[in-house]
Amino acid sequence: MSTATTAPAVSDTSQERRQLERTWSDPPGFYGWLISVDHKSIGKRYIITAFAFFVLGGLLAVTMRLQLARPENHLVGPDLYNQLFTMHGSTMMFLFAVPVMEAMAIYLVPLMVGTRNIAFPRLNAFSYWVYLFGGLMLYTAFFLNSGPDVGWFSYVPLAGPEFTPGKRADFWAQTVTFTEVAALTVAVEIIATVFKLRAPGMALNRMPLFVWAMLVMAFMVIFAMPAVMLSSTMLIMDRLVGTHFFNPAEGGDALFWQHLFWFFGHPEVYIIFIPALGIISSIVAAFARRPVFGYLAMVLALVATGFTSFVLWVHHMFATVVPGMGKGFFTAASMMIAVPTGIQIFCWITTLWTGRPVTKTPLLFVLGFFFILVLGGLTGVMLASVSLDSQVHDSFFVVAHFHYVLIGGAVFPLFGGFYYWFPKITGRMLHETAGKWNFWLFFIGFNLTFFPMHQLGLEGMPRRVYTYSEATGWGDLNLMATIGAGLIALSVLVFILNVLWSLRRGEIAGDNPWRAGTLEWATSSPPRNDNFDFIPAVAAHEPLWEQKEEPAKTVGLSTEVREVLITTLLDARPDHRLTFPDPSIWPLLSAIAVSILFVGSIFTPWAVVWGSIPVTFALIGWFWPKPGKPKRTCRWKSRHDP
Amino acid sequence: MTHDQDIDVSNLPSYAFDSRGLMWWGTLGIIAIEGTVFVLVLAGYFYLRQRTAEWPPGGLPTPELLWGTLNTVVLLVSLIPNYWTDRVAKRHDLRGVRIGLPICLGFAVVFLIIRVFEFGALDIRWDNNAYGSIVWTILGLHTAHLVTDAIDTAVLAVLMFTGPLEGRRFSDVNDNAFYWYFVVLAWIPIYAVVYLAPRWL
Repeated sequence: MSTATTAPAVSDTSQERRQLERTWSDPPGFYGWLISVDHKSIGKRYIITAFAFFVLGGLLAVTMRLQLARPENHLVGPDLYNQLFTMHGSTMMFLFAVPVMEAMAIYLVPLMVGTRNIAFPRLNAFSYWVYLFGGLMLYTAFFLNSGPDVGWFSYVPLAGPEFTPGKRADFWAQTVTFTEVAALTVAVEIIATVFKLRAPGMALNRMPLFVWAMLVMAFMVIFAMPAVMLSSTMLIMDRLVGTHFFNPAEGGDALFWQHLFWFFGHPEVYIIFIPALGIISSIVAAFARRPVFGYLAMVLALVATGFTSFVLWVHHMFATVVPGMGKGFFTAASMMIAVPTGIQIFCWITTLWTGRPVTKTPLLFVLGFFFILVLGGLTGVMLASVSLDSQVHDSFFVVAHFHYVLIGGAVFPLFGGFYYWFPKITGRMLHETAGKWNFWLFFIGFNLTFFPMHQLGLEGMPRRVYTYSEATGWGDLNLMATIGAGLIALSVLVFILNVLWSLRRGEIAGDNPWRAGTLEWATSSPPRNDNFDFIPAVAAHEPLWEQKEEPAKTVGLSTEVREVLITTLLDARPDHRLTFPDPSIWPLLSAIAVSILFVGSIFTPWAVVWGSIPVTFALIGWFWPKPGKPKRTCRWKSRHDP
Repeated sequence: MTHDQDIDVSNLPSYAFDSRGLMWWGTLGIIAIEGTVFVLVLAGYFYLRQRTAEWPPGGLPTPELLWGTLNTVVLLVSLIPNYWTDRVAKRHDLRGVRIGLPICLGFAVVFLIIRVFEFGALDIRWDNNAYGSIVWTILGLHTAHLVTDAIDTAVLAVLMFTGPLEGRRFSDVNDNAFYWYFVVLAWIPIYAVVYLAPRWL
């Protein structure tokens, strides 16, 4: 095993190298930033934006915890409290969790598969702007006291026109539309990148597990998110143009909403969880200093989890009138999904056991994940039982369960991933001691916040109540949870300070500070504009661990235009060269046009009609070829030359 | 510094057709998303249907067959010019593409005109009851796809006449046809549900 970390020497081609770097660079200045289509630039702003929403959602949660810290508290009233928990859930699910995982894929997948940009780079920029505008719209509404207040799953009839007049539920519905458009486009980009842009030699069975995880996630997004776009559109049509999808008086049905929503909502949990599994596989391999044990089992487990997650949705509806046979099926499926997760956990344990683990912050977060996720998984298996679920439905037990699963299953690995890839993204290491403080404050604070909620739920405390009476005796456990929430907030503050400090003063990372084996560590930190001076030729699972002194590479791509190599689907044999687009303002203009349509449609259905005119023009402008720029690729042999 | 195992790609082509191309996969992704929407909305049709004893509810007539059936014929026939245009594009036959694309566009426009009559022949509004809501949504969704594809075809046709031309425009024609096949194939189950299911089931 060689630990060579530097890119191949290219002194004799330094001129070409500079030209390539220039070809792939963004124009300078703010305008250059606005028109960038570079996956690293878009990925970074996606991560930062999602993290900002994480902080906002967290502050909403802290406010709720302060309100619940003692019985009959009057910090916030019921109306604001309803907005707080709805905004918190919607922010964390739609504006943080899915976007941040896709953002990690946007930044890392092209580097890991050894290419120069993500597939459809302008669509990628468009996706970011749409996501940003959607989030800004939701928070603008919230600060104008029009934040949604019917829960993050916006059940009808409460969310329907009769019981929630005004615009609050409409802002929720359109936020969903914004974020799902963004998420779906990124999913298509990821699939195309993974299938067609892999470096030569990276056959599907040599792909890093992280890339597999992101591929499975992208497929899940494609088949799950349409359900919520459809249902939220039906909701807004019920509210705006008088359709009757959810109105029982005219043949509609309230449970219709729940089926559509949870057909998305359950896979959603795994859409967040599966990328986290990919992050863990990357960290475990790097820190155990060996490839993850059981590659094939790991890949099959990811795929099996993806499929199974689509047949679980009714377990969110055990308290409704679902036929007993159906409940039995969904109970069995809900228990079954623990199997592939278990397989992966055992594979990681074996990897760590047989490796030489180095306990640095990224690995700490992974170990924290094991502890918390197993607890959350256990309550998940409990909740799969209809009788138990009916008892604790809508209680704090459920709140405890899904925070264990989502924070333990996704946020802990994500923070581990931040520590792991920060050196690649910025060129500097995060501070290790601060990282340990970050971890332990988060870990202790998390358990202090959410473990007591199991007990509160069993004692009968319902979720989504803004206060409770002293006689219930819930005061002490609630106070404990509030103190824990404070510790979590403190740990996130430590993280933010660590990032700000390390950006300027952090230790210089070098190309491969963890001596990991995957391709993102083969380039400089931060990566060059063109990612790699030569597209690598891959011959192993962990190319950097098994490569020779002078690794083989790909030559012959243009240095003058943004050319990438397209390879075949299974074996990644070179197939053709494709010219990628230059920076462009059209994705931003298109996103603005689309946003006007979406926001306008909250106020009048006619916005869909007049709003589509600027959208059409923006999209035509987008696709219209740039005139007067002859490219190397403009030749074709024709029998009927014009 | 070259290496005997280096891979030289300078002689590879600069675009490709069908599943070799990147855009084909992008189009397939869009098709998967929109196909899922169609499946869900058709499932929704049957979900709402089982909530009501009578279907269409309240003694409404079943939707008149004439315009929908006529449109089915138009769509099926449109496969011929689309397939032909697809084929000449793969041969890099610019004159052929300049003939084919406007014909394809013509079919799309004829279809959209008939679609207006189709909505009228439903004999119900979207805000009358849940049946009206779901039928209008199904037809509306399909219409939205046709409008998009018609605009797409129009822009591509104009480009083929005005330029700037490059080889990969032909693979764009290929992807455009691929999407049209989807719009046509998606219509067949939709037609069966909207027009035949209330009669036969």
